[in-house]
Amino acid sequence: MDGAHDMGGVAGFGPVRPEPNEPVFHAEWERRAFAVTLAMAKPGGWNIDMSRFAREDRPPADYLSRSYYQIWLVGLERLMLERELLRPGEIEARKVLQTPAPISGPLAAADVDAMLRRGGPTERETTTPARFKIGDRVRAKDIHPATHTRLPQYVRGHVGVIELLHGCHVFPDTNAMGQGEHPHWLYTVTFDGKDLWPDAADQRSRISVDAWEPYLEPADAA
Amino acid sequence: MQPLDTVAPSGLSSAIMSNHHHDDHHHGHHHDHDHSELSETELRVRALETILTQKGYVDPAALDVLIETYETKVGPRNGAQVVAKAWTDPAYRQRLLADGSAAIAELDYVGRQGEHIVVVENTPSRHNMVVCTLCSCYPWPVLGLPPVWYKSAPYRSRAVSDPRGVLHDFGFELSPETEIRVWDSTAEIRYLVLPMRPAGTDGWSAERLADLVTRDSMIGTGLPKQPHEVA
Repeated sequence: MDGAHDMGGVAGFGPVRPEPNEPVFHAEWERRAFAVTLAMAKPGGWNIDMSRFAREDRPPADYLSRSYYQIWLVGLERLMLERELLRPGEIEARKVLQTPAPISGPLAAADVDAMLRRGGPTERETTTPARFKIGDRVRAKDIHPATHTRLPQYVRGHVGVIELLHGCHVFPDTNAMGQGEHPHWLYTVTFDGKDLWPDAADQRSRISVDAWEPYLEPADAA
Repeated sequence: MQPLDTVAPSGLSSAIMSNHHHDDHHHGHHHDHDHSELSETELRVRALETILTQKGYVDPAALDVLIETYETKVGPRNGAQVVAKAWTDPAYRQRLLADGSAAIAELDYVGRQGEHIVVVENTPSRHNMVVCTLCSCYPWPVLGLPPVWYKSAPYRSRAVSDPRGVLHDFGFELSPETEIRVWDSTAEIRYLVLPMRPAGTDGWSAERLADLVTRDSMIGTGLPKQPHEVA
């Protein structure tokens, strides 16, 4: 979706202000919101692409007015409400209002390390050959899906060069919608800064995105 | 639809729109305060954890372990070990550049948000910088959780359109001759910058060199410390 989360090249946000000696968390509620989010994903039954979509799929003013972990929090609430793991009004009432739906089992303290070490690899085996090879010129399609996608707006319609092949990876556009992993070849596509930002002065820059094959077409295509 | 409106936005200064993190948590010692002094967000998170614990969905002890892991065990010290080893061991550097995840796993830094790591090397003619314009993708096993500025709109918007200007915000002026290579982490590949080894460190051990490696030098928004900056 073309939402407020897709920030590449958006003007007006001002300078970056690094914080010296920044702590990992800035408040106790951030610690708990972070940990609950990590702990709930597997028993809750959603994947990382569903999480991202739940965070970004909201009105731009809402997205931009929340702090980072506040966005995580509303995303988590939405995922749980959708699955009836949380019921409307329970947070306001600060108690369980209906008999909880069963889940496969909560994350135990003893299993945290193994869960983190396992991670969630997204590469999948394939017998389908890659459509593009390193050095090929490709155009990022000018697509505007209404739902989750990972092709940022600032490269759409532009021509870049395949720099790396990463194997076949879970396709977020379908995985976010519960439509399956549908793995596709994943490429690093590199663009010339002067092409993406022709008005920028002295930008000896090249910018890459990681793009799944369905996002790309040969540069010479109509 | 959940009652979003009940989460009071704590003002623009707290939002993702800015780098500011001073939202509504100035009452750091929440155990000493009654609810009237807690923000809507604090109350909401507390209520959520209470409800999920009562339902048997989360174990607070597991939450404690998750928090402790990222506050005390997983952080940029890990990445600094990787960089220092690459600076002192040419064969390791080769393995690291060929297959980042595998070489990093040799030091036992593995797992979540580091499943597919690519290491990109700075040279005198090319400076690498990493961003996630769409959210906050970051190589957790080697750098820990990302700082607020990395997740903020100013960085996510300008890292791709004005990377030299962003470096200026960090007090870092790159030679006009040097190309900036920006890696936008739009998939599950995570990028780690291998900075250039500072001059004047001949003969230093990997352990000593690791003290020069800053978090920002591994994101590409800074440089390693110079020898005179460490005791």
